[in-house]
Amino acid sequence: MSAPPTRIASLTDLLHAAARGRKTLLPNHPKILVGMASCGLAAGADEVYEAIGEETARLQLPYVVAPTGCIGWCSQEPLVDVRLPHKPRVTYGRMDAHKARELVRGLCDGDLKTQWAIGLLTSHDNPVTPTRTRTRYSKLSARVDGVPRYEELDLFRRQVRLVTRNCGVIDPTNLDEYLARAGYRALHRALTAMRPEEIINEVTRSGLRGRGGAGFPTGKKWEVMRGQVGTPKYLICNADEGDPGAYMDRAVLEGDPQTVLEGMTIGAYAMGASDGVIYVREEYPLAVKRMLEAIAQAETAGLLGDNIFNSGFGFRIRVVKGGGAFVCGEETALIASVEGRVGEPRQRPPYPAQKGLGGKPTCINNVETWANIPVILMRGGDWYARLGTGGSKGTKVFCLVGAIKNPTLVEVPMGITLRQIVYEMGGGTPQGRKFKAIQTGGPSGGCIPESLLDLEVDYESLTQAGAIMGSGGMIVMDSSTCMVDIARYFLTFLADESCGKCFSCRKGLQRMRQIVVRITEGLGSEADLDLIEELGWMVRETSLCGLGQTAPNPVLSTLRYFRDEYLAHVREKRCPAKVCKELITYRIEPTLCDGCGACVRVCTSEAILGEKKKAHTIDNAKCIKCGSCLEVCQPQAVVVS
Amino acid sequence: MQDVDVDAILRNRSECAANLIPALQDIQSRFHYLPESALRTVARRLKVPLTQVFHAATFYNCFSLEPVGRHLVQVCLGTACHVRGGQRVLEKVLRELNLPASGTTPDFEFTVAPVRCLGCCALAPVMRVDQRTYGHLQQSRVPKVLKGYCKPAMAAV
Repeated sequence: MSAPPTRIASLTDLLHAAARGRKTLLPNHPKILVGMASCGLAAGADEVYEAIGEETARLQLPYVVAPTGCIGWCSQEPLVDVRLPHKPRVTYGRMDAHKARELVRGLCDGDLKTQWAIGLLTSHDNPVTPTRTRTRYSKLSARVDGVPRYEELDLFRRQVRLVTRNCGVIDPTNLDEYLARAGYRALHRALTAMRPEEIINEVTRSGLRGRGGAGFPTGKKWEVMRGQVGTPKYLICNADEGDPGAYMDRAVLEGDPQTVLEGMTIGAYAMGASDGVIYVREEYPLAVKRMLEAIAQAETAGLLGDNIFNSGFGFRIRVVKGGGAFVCGEETALIASVEGRVGEPRQRPPYPAQKGLGGKPTCINNVETWANIPVILMRGGDWYARLGTGGSKGTKVFCLVGAIKNPTLVEVPMGITLRQIVYEMGGGTPQGRKFKAIQTGGPSGGCIPESLLDLEVDYESLTQAGAIMGSGGMIVMDSSTCMVDIARYFLTFLADESCGKCFSCRKGLQRMRQIVVRITEGLGSEADLDLIEELGWMVRETSLCGLGQTAPNPVLSTLRYFRDEYLAHVREKRCPAKVCKELITYRIEPTLCDGCGACVRVCTSEAILGEKKKAHTIDNAKCIKCGSCLEVCQPQAVVVS
Repeated sequence: MQDVDVDAILRNRSECAANLIPALQDIQSRFHYLPESALRTVARRLKVPLTQVFHAATFYNCFSLEPVGRHLVQVCLGTACHVRGGQRVLEKVLRELNLPASGTTPDFEFTVAPVRCLGCCALAPVMRVDQRTYGHLQQSRVPKVLKGYCKPAMAAV
């Protein structure tokens, strides 16, 4: 389905290709879309896609079957969408191959299978085009009985999808479909009608700040870069999404790769750069593949390379795969890695804008930042700045995961409260367990307690709360999560990932981990709490790069808000969340046990004794506390104390 | 055989340090580890000091100096997976394969490696075996998943 190799050199060519894209994006035949990003595939989307392909071929139906990216409804994966010509798009959740075949057969007989439908996408507003180009069927305000419309769903009601505007809408392998969504129009405008200073001015006016986490004003960064005299100048897209719990960059790279290329090319023109690098994690093989395909297509179409839109301006982009080191998200470490060295950060200044890749001026922005650029250019900086709060403009993509009913990827305006995200969009904690904390900003961030749930999310408010915005991962923790164990988890992560250059970060984190491990084993004392606090401040103050400077955040924030849990561990040698293995024992409540034997079968250490149909017991000397019995016990007779 | 492959990987790469990591990545994906002789060849051909080659080979998580098994089992220990029991899944995998800690089984069938975040957090806890990712794992599902990768003779046991 890829674009024919015709060069796009003018607006007419662009509109021509867009018209071609509309034929597959909104065809006159029924269309079936399958969400095929990494997470969809992990949930079994490939089998669903195959089944639909086979069934339509078998029945010789003239249906268009296409893959698409991730629309963010992660809890319902694998997702299938059906669009009949001039009708709203119906979304089906939790599909499998069997249901998919039945769906195709149903469609063939005119049955939409609304009992499986979970949402109705009635309008395809495109934020890139200033006039609201609504697709035809939206005017009908069509309804399908019993199926809620997206805008009526709590998950989608508050969303403003700019960065993720095409994710789950277009086929990411089809350049024409991106063009049909007004793709590359911003680049065309930039190259034919705007001076570089005007572009930077728009970006500055938009108030866009770096979405990688630190929140440096993008316009300012670009201005500094533009002012550099050295040549050549380089651009880097930081797609080394190392924060565990964050996958928005992957969603954009896999679902809408062209928008990243367009954003970078606009930036290149504004800053006078000639070459670009996309630094992608090697843990994201599909994202790497999608970006390589997208670059090849853009080059064939003349949207990358020499003399783009006959403007005389040329720009090239290559993909560099990361080596799986968390510290390479730091810009100077990233540059070192691209240059073929180990990812060790260096002193700034000189900043990369002054002395970056190969000693030349280099501008590094995150995937989400680049993806915002086409929208800002088409709609204007002032329009963009109307979204968000005083200091943080626009939207932010968040990944809401962990102990949450509906894990999801959402794009919301800055200033939304944590409570709205957790309870409205995520549906709260599962199985009626009590909400405990939300962790934002990855290993550099902190844990925010329930009392601060009404916090309006922006860069400043999160920093004040002891966390950071980070790349936007939000991990919800409930009463089954031990906060000391979480501190141990992050310290282990960071001590492993510290590059080792600064003594304070390398040794300080190791020492903090030892102390926290001791506490989780019930061997800690109250003096340990003061010691890790002191060490935390030391690591923060004396480390060179962002990793070390923010590494104590998870510990310091849990100490600040959940000191009582630490105290339970050191004073009473008790783990209130029943997680720390050394402090818990498993037993079977005889009044609840029905003697089914399910636990005996899964117990690998042969620690469960008892006859069939009679209450079982656990031999604590043999029990390795793996929790297998707890998982399988239907009457919930296994108790942890 | 090995030398021929390393030569092919290095053939189109110019002598510069920026090619070091991509070259090592290609060798890693070809042999599933970095043989010492290959590292020496890379150093010579790219004109990069051997110490720098070893530095990179031991710094990045994607490289291994030890041969790895036929199947790579990556158990995700990202934060979301941790909160939802990823650690217990890892321990179950290790018990199933009779491994005391992460590493390779004596018959070189499996290598178990924890990984921090595969980016499928909504399906936590997850693990990836070779190219395939499994989500919503429970300990009880682990033996079945692994069995699919065992040699036929072992699967019957």
